[in-house]
Amino acid sequence: MIYDVVIVGGGPAGLSAAAHAAQTGMSHVLLEATGAHANTIQRYQKGKHVMAEPAVVPLRSELEFTAGTREAVLGAWQLGIEKHSIDVRYGGEVTAIRGARANFEVTLSDGETLRAGSVVLAIGLQGNPRKLGVSGEDAPIVQYSLDDPDEYQDETIVIVGAGDAAIENAVALARNNKVVIVNRRDEFARAKDANLALISRAIDDGTINCFYKTNVESVDSTESNIVLNTETGQTRLQCQRIIARLGAIPPRRFVEACGVEFPSDDLTTLPELSGHYESNVAGLYIIGALAGYPLIKQAMNQGYEVIEYIAGNDIVPADHGILEQKFQGLPFGLDVDQTLSLLRDRVPLFADINGLVLRELVLASELKTPQPGDVIFQKNDYTNSFLSIVEGEVDVEIEGGKSIRLNQGQFFGEMSLLSGRRRSATVRAAGACVLLESPRREVIKLMNTYEQVRLVIDEHFIARTLRAGLVPDAPFKELQAIAGTTELIAYKADEILFNEGDEADGLHLIRSGSISVSRRIGGRDIVTSYVAAGNYVGEMGLIGQSTRSATVKATVATESIFLRADVFLQMLERNEGLRERVQETVRERLSENLRMEAQPESGDLISFLMQQGLGEATDVLLIDEALCVGCDNCEKACAATHGGTSRLDRAAGPSYAEIHVPTSCRHCEDPHCMKDCPPDAIRRAPNGEVYIEDSCIGCGNCGRNCPYGVIQMAGEKEKASNLFNWIMTGRGAEPGERKALASAGSLKKAVKCDMCKDLSGGPACVRACPTGAAIRMSPAEFVNLTKEAS
Amino acid sequence: MHESMLVFRKRRYLWVALTMSFVAIAAYWLHDPQEPPNGGTALGYTLGTVATLLIVWLAWFGVRKRRYSSTLGSVQGWLSAHVYFGIALVLIALLHSGFQFGINVHTLAFVLMMLVVLSGLYGVYVYLKIPQRVSENRKGTSRAELVSQLEDIDSRSQRVAQGLSDEFQELTASAASRTQLGGSLWSRLSGRDESQVVIKADGQTGVVPNPGQEAVLDWLADQQSRSSDAEVAAAIGELSALTRNKRRLLRQMKEDIRLQATLEAWLYLHVPLTAALLVALVTHIVTVFLYW
Ligand SMILES: Cc1cc2nc3c(=O)[nH]c(=O)nc-3n(C[C@H](O)[C@H](O)[C@H](O)COP(=O)(O)OP(=O)(O)OC[C@H]3O[C@@H](n4cnc5c(N)ncnc54)[C@H](O)[C@@H]3O)c2cc1C
Ligand code: HEM
Ligand code: HEM
Ligand code: SF4
Ligand code: SF4
Repeated sequence: MIYDVVIVGGGPAGLSAAAHAAQTGMSHVLLEATGAHANTIQRYQKGKHVMAEPAVVPLRSELEFTAGTREAVLGAWQLGIEKHSIDVRYGGEVTAIRGARANFEVTLSDGETLRAGSVVLAIGLQGNPRKLGVSGEDAPIVQYSLDDPDEYQDETIVIVGAGDAAIENAVALARNNKVVIVNRRDEFARAKDANLALISRAIDDGTINCFYKTNVESVDSTESNIVLNTETGQTRLQCQRIIARLGAIPPRRFVEACGVEFPSDDLTTLPELSGHYESNVAGLYIIGALAGYPLIKQAMNQGYEVIEYIAGNDIVPADHGILEQKFQGLPFGLDVDQTLSLLRDRVPLFADINGLVLRELVLASELKTPQPGDVIFQKNDYTNSFLSIVEGEVDVEIEGGKSIRLNQGQFFGEMSLLSGRRRSATVRAAGACVLLESPRREVIKLMNTYEQVRLVIDEHFIARTLRAGLVPDAPFKELQAIAGTTELIAYKADEILFNEGDEADGLHLIRSGSISVSRRIGGRDIVTSYVAAGNYVGEMGLIGQSTRSATVKATVATESIFLRADVFLQMLERNEGLRERVQETVRERLSENLRMEAQPESGDLISFLMQQGLGEATDVLLIDEALCVGCDNCEKACAATHGGTSRLDRAAGPSYAEIHVPTSCRHCEDPHCMKDCPPDAIRRAPNGEVYIEDSCIGCGNCGRNCPYGVIQMAGEKEKASNLFNWIMTGRGAEPGERKALASAGSLKKAVKCDMCKDLSGGPACVRACPTGAAIRMSPAEFVNLTKEAS
Repeated sequence: MHESMLVFRKRRYLWVALTMSFVAIAAYWLHDPQEPPNGGTALGYTLGTVATLLIVWLAWFGVRKRRYSSTLGSVQGWLSAHVYFGIALVLIALLHSGFQFGINVHTLAFVLMMLVVLSGLYGVYVYLKIPQRVSENRKGTSRAELVSQLEDIDSRSQRVAQGLSDEFQELTASAASRTQLGGSLWSRLSGRDESQVVIKADGQTGVVPNPGQEAVLDWLADQQSRSSDAEVAAAIGELSALTRNKRRLLRQMKEDIRLQATLEAWLYLHVPLTAALLVALVTHIVTVFLYW
């Protein structure tokens, strides 16, 4: 038979599609690779509270979904599968999809082929675990995941892999088992620092046995052993269990093999889809996480909608109402679709982007209608949104009371977006305007997807940086020409931009990240300064001598705009006043150098702080050990003002020269934690605070992405006790110490420092420190640490 | 930016306290009551009231310290003022009493106040001196790291012991499980090492004290002198080396615990004495109104 529709993937998206297909009487089959529905949700932690974000979007599905425990959600779907008689085939892993509308062939891993009129691809983004790739990889003693390490006792377990998952499993299992870890390389380079320390220690003290530079040759299930190719030859290990944690194979390759095209090679790119979720292969629809909708409710809504589209009904998407509301106050008097095409017509940057992508961008954005003179953002704010002018004009206020006018179709805000630094100028509405304000995450996604968008934004960034830093009076055309000669270079942390003594071949404008400058004095490197994004380095070699007078190194991942020496020298000739400005900078830096060279310990302290990743911090909590009495009042204050969980761990973390770096958020310029948050719950406030909104779904991605281990997953705590009760009767807990509510075990959300942005008076930790040991500062102030002390 | 509580905001509260003291002395100087100066004169009542308000305010610091969302100054500012006003209080109370002391509840209040102030002075001394020593002693290593280094040595020792006879295994296991630092405030303060170890000597097994791992080291030295097998001797040597490392680490941790306890211990005088002072003070005030 030919199915009307074959649905691949039994997650929330696929299930909802299948339920609607069943309801409307379409002939269908739902193919799910694993043995149970919604594998991604099955793999959540037991009892996890599943959240139904975004709250404003209504649910549109035959299946039920309300916030609740993982078990309740899965149970409701199971009932739905039965109630609607959905035809599910478990163990139905799809290996190939060929053909087009009315004529699809869907091949399963057991070789069977199904035929279909349309195919809905809803396989999510989790991918399939990478297998061992040797004979016996599917033997019963081999597994590719681990739910509960305490389940196993007194076994010999071989773990294959060197990433965080492998290490975490190995360390947890080693408590009750004999664990051997097999690493293909000679170090654990991919792991986080904390995990690296754990595994190194376990290997050193012999609790875990490690085979480095070793591959798996084969697995022999009947004999329960594994054959390894070590550096010195083959060995055979007897074991009860083999756990391979080799990461997941992202589904992209499979999707491409089905004929679907992606607009760019960047791995974060999504396939291009029509407004009906149809890919470039006619009749092949893509929905859910794979289509770029990372939340359950969105996935379910699309499941419903895609069946309507396949049936030929052009219904409006569930979030249509939200757009309608967004467009309400606009002076255009157009309906939703017309407004969307007006946006595209008016803003050239959007001219070539896909309709669905534009729709998503607008959904995540805000439309603003400021009045003449209204401030859109202030200089030195920490916001990082991106603004496009749909109608009207704005003035960018630059130095010396002058301003630059931008008009319809242009954009601004890209400087902070790309550098993570404060706004470099105040922008005001010049007349009545309509602006589209888009969040950073969406714009970055757009840049990764569309090369053209990236090029245009980059060019503007460079030209505007040149204007702000070097040549304020140059016309934009000239700046654009110079921008064309520059090169954008990315450096990893600790990579060298140039060495002392190198030939001076150009100027580096630091676009994001930061660098440290050091000189070799008396046989050792002494750090003489720290330069943040938005400034330039390398000018000394260009206007004075012709070789580099210092070594410049990236303190964190850094991007620099490289301006060739000849271009720069031309600029010097053509622009009056530029030489003086640069010379002034040189003078300031030389005197700073002299000061720092006179006190090498100051440079050592800065290097230490940079090693802690503070080069990308905007505001960090430091503890002066010479004053700290260890009373932990800072932690108690944090807990008391933040639902009972302290977001800082004072005692943890390294120290150097009486400066202690506790485990606490440093509000990075380009926060790693933001990268992969499904509901986009992590935001930056105007004063720079990186904070997590209530819409957090507790997936834990941010905690995994933060290199500094400052994010915790916390449940609700019992109510704060009364101070007088505590003093008088000793009952209850001391303020600042609250126990977790037993019932709240499952409803956990990510928590981290928000710099007390909602409290008047500033950070509670600093205000509560009786001795003045707790201080907050930005990296630019680090040089003062020793200046004062000496 | 990071200045101690004494120099907080250019010592502004020192100046306030000095002014207060100066005014009190001037008033005492100028005041010419019929009777000898005492708490019952007009100035006496005034100074007594000021002193009482100061005491209540000083005691309120314990509350302010825990009002974490309070925006009324910073805790450091409060402490800076607490210290200077607390010292000025001595003078004001003295002038109030007209230097008339006896054996009565009034003088009891005064004595308790002096004890609170003295303990406070000691506290300031400790707060200014000890942190630096904590930092020097830790050498950039956090307490958790010290503990994990200790565990590390213990598990290494046990692995070395596995290659030796049962006695060694029992020794290292018991030395590890019976290592004990800290405990009561007193043993933390005195830096006592209450570690023990189970040792077999002359066929008898007994629990012996093992401060600084000395008992273990002695026993190992003894075994080493008796062993004739070179491999065994080498293993015992390794055990001794590990144990000496442990001794050094324990010394460092003991010092850390001692210093940290010193930073806290005085508050166990300061705060209860404050409570006693408040009771005595209320009694003093009530009695003078009842009997005068
Ligand atoms: C820890 C964690 C917590 C989360 N918490 C929440 C939350 O509280 N609220 C929320 O809204 N979202 C949450 N999310 C996000 C949510 O899980 C996803 O957005 C959602 O699962 C996406 O649904 P989907 O149907 O597109 O894909 P998936 O749920 O990933 O489903 C894909 C299905 O396809 C199957 N499959 C894959 N390949 C094949 C193949 N070749 N052939 C056949 N079948 C295949 C898989 O086995 C799987 O069952 C969380 C995510 C994580 C990781
Ligand atoms: C409202 C507050 C106070 C009032 C009304 C008050 C009143 C008095 C009076 C009337 C006397 C004279 C008693 C006598 O001569 O026997 C006195 C004496 C004294 N007061 Fe106070 N007083 C107050 C606060 C304090 C405080 C805060 C202290 C110090 C802790 C203090 C310590 C003394 C002392 C030591 C004496 C001398 C006792 C003696 O003469 O033997 N008083 N007070
Ligand atoms: C009668 C006078 C005083 C009273 C009633 C008083 C009372 C208090 C109280 C209630 C606390 C809070 C303790 C806590 O809850 O942790 C405290 C803390 C303290 N006091 Fe006093 N005090 C007095 C005088 C002084 C003086 C004179 C000094 C110093 C010269 C001093 C120094 C301190 C210090 C250093 C702290 C510790 C602050 C901290 O760790 O948070 N006190 N005092
Ligand atoms: S949570 Fe981590 S990644 Fe995010 S801003 Fe703070 S320190 Fe940076
Ligand atoms: S804030 Fe963290 S835990 Fe919460 S949804 Fe975002 S990434 Fe997941």
